[in-house]
Amino acid sequence: MNDLRIRLSQNIGPMLALALFLVIYVTYSVMHPRGFSVDLYVQNSNEVTSLVLLAMAQTLPVLLGGIDLSVGSLMTLVNALASELVDGSPAEIILGMVACALVGAAGGLLNGLIVVYGRLQPIVVTLATGAIFSGIALFIRPTPGGRVDGDLNWVATNAIAELPATYGWWDSGEEPVWFGLVSGIPMPVVIVLAVVVLVWLPFRNSETGRAVYAVGSNEAGAYMSGVEVDRAKLAAYTLGGFFAGLSGLYFAIQTGSGNADPIQAGTYTLNSIAAVVIGGTSMMGGSGGVIGSIFGVMVLRSITFLFRVVDADSAVGFLANPLLQPMFEGLILLFAVSLGAARVMRMKNQLQIFR
Amino acid sequence: MDMSRIGNGRPTIDKPLLFAGGFILVILLVGTVYTLATQGTATLLSPTYLVLQLKVAAFLGLVASGMMLVVLLGHIDLSVPWTMAASAMLATAVGGAAAIPVGLAVGLLIGIVNGIGVAYLRVPSMIFTLGVNVVLRGLMVMLTGGFSPSSQPTDLMLLLAKGEVLGIPGPVIIWALLGVSVAFLLNRTRLGRYIYATGNREAAVYLSGIDTRLVLVATFALCSLFASISGMLLAGYSSKAFQAMGDPYLLPAIAAVVIGGTSILGGSGRYLGTVVGTLLIVLLQSVLSVMQMPEAGRQIIYGVVIIAMLLAYGRGARLRL
Repeated sequence: MNDLRIRLSQNIGPMLALALFLVIYVTYSVMHPRGFSVDLYVQNSNEVTSLVLLAMAQTLPVLLGGIDLSVGSLMTLVNALASELVDGSPAEIILGMVACALVGAAGGLLNGLIVVYGRLQPIVVTLATGAIFSGIALFIRPTPGGRVDGDLNWVATNAIAELPATYGWWDSGEEPVWFGLVSGIPMPVVIVLAVVVLVWLPFRNSETGRAVYAVGSNEAGAYMSGVEVDRAKLAAYTLGGFFAGLSGLYFAIQTGSGNADPIQAGTYTLNSIAAVVIGGTSMMGGSGGVIGSIFGVMVLRSITFLFRVVDADSAVGFLANPLLQPMFEGLILLFAVSLGAARVMRMKNQLQIFR
Repeated sequence: MDMSRIGNGRPTIDKPLLFAGGFILVILLVGTVYTLATQGTATLLSPTYLVLQLKVAAFLGLVASGMMLVVLLGHIDLSVPWTMAASAMLATAVGGAAAIPVGLAVGLLIGIVNGIGVAYLRVPSMIFTLGVNVVLRGLMVMLTGGFSPSSQPTDLMLLLAKGEVLGIPGPVIIWALLGVSVAFLLNRTRLGRYIYATGNREAAVYLSGIDTRLVLVATFALCSLFASISGMLLAGYSSKAFQAMGDPYLLPAIAAVVIGGTSILGGSGRYLGTVVGTLLIVLLQSVLSVMQMPEAGRQIIYGVVIIAMLLAYGRGARLRL
């Protein structure tokens, strides 16, 4: 029982974000002119997935107490690369996707190597590597374009039912009964769940994963306790880069093309930071996690969805004004982070405020 | 006493100035070799070119000056781009004699809001100023979308941005005057000492009887004020205040500050370094474009130069216990 209470208090941020998301999304579904449907659900999942993966990427450096200003550029770089590689025969497509994920991981590793062995601050390192990644992306794809396999695009942006249908898995007979139960789940949800279950959870529970949390809480203390500080940092940046690579890959598959737009890269980076904060990960490092960031993105995006269906003639019609969406995103971010001020007000020892 | 030496305990023998200054000479040399080879002239060494570069550098230099003050505290101000745009756009929208005071007031207000968020609500500055930047962008989009205000700078703004005294452009004079003021502030006033001290250990300064929260608010206000001055000058220079006019200045300003040897963790750095860092970035961008380097190559070189300069002198201490 006591254990449960501790677990609850540790995960209050992600749970608040989830609750907020549910409230907003249910309201949105009810207000939507055509009501809730599988199609709507699939479409909304497509819209959030790239940012979900990118916010996951941002979470790891933040857990260390750092920040990564290059995630958006790295995503753009992989996006440009994918528009060159992910097409052709099935083997070429699979190799291309693997190459994209590896390039993402390599970009993250580069950040990690400079931070660890160069002993520079992550914010300036990733500021500079972000410029480098943007440059390489522009080099690969000077103008928007390229091509990504059409079948892959169709499968990755629809309900899971399209997967066997597109590739003709069950031509010989009926589809299995169990498949009918899951066939309505959007493919992006499957992808994100797979990444969380197959990559994040094993990492989180590994020795290196726990070391990341230890380093983020107190680097000197972790070092004194024999934690491999350097290895934890390198692993965190590399895994972050891998997630950013997946984000760029999904973005390329979703849009069917590549675009090395530095402005879009900047917007994605900023939104990823906002999502991480809303998802309850501490900017000081050491607490939070990838799952909270996923909920953070869902909150951010569902607000945009909600404002889209507000009746423009009603009393709150100004909410539907597309010009105002950026301002609302900013206000929500400010509101979410200012909630943390309650903690400051309750602090008994004034000095703890001035760390 | 030279406050900049307090930072990390060991004397900094102006390594940043040496390296950054040396690199500026390298940039000019490489560019001159290129122009001599292709056009047969040393355009880059002509006074006209150099004065023009100073003029272009003034806008970035002003932003970087304010940014440096905030970075010395161990904080950062990501709201600079839309502080510039908002000040310039509101100043031109009001017009007349009130234009510049209105622009300055907008900057001051934004800075105070940032300062309150960071000092009293204790939100990490990176997050709070990021949110303020987005809100400002939204407000300006609403303003131009709903009212289509004037974006023509006033005569005074045009005069300050385009006028010359003895061949020295107005923005350069303003940058020089304000730059000397910042150097004076940092080295000769109490606020300057509080800024360095707060950047080193805020709790110790607070225990010494100084309300560090006021230091934070004042510094953020100064930073935004510098951004608004730069924004209004830029509006005069380009004869128009427009959205996103400040966006290209955020990352170069941070880069100029850290290349100039100011620690991103706060507490140490000299103003002269920021000036040299600004000149380095402006010259690098200009020479690369003279050499007709495509955008992709420019971005890559820009990133590599920042990392290389920092590896040369900006490395942190090894974790030794």
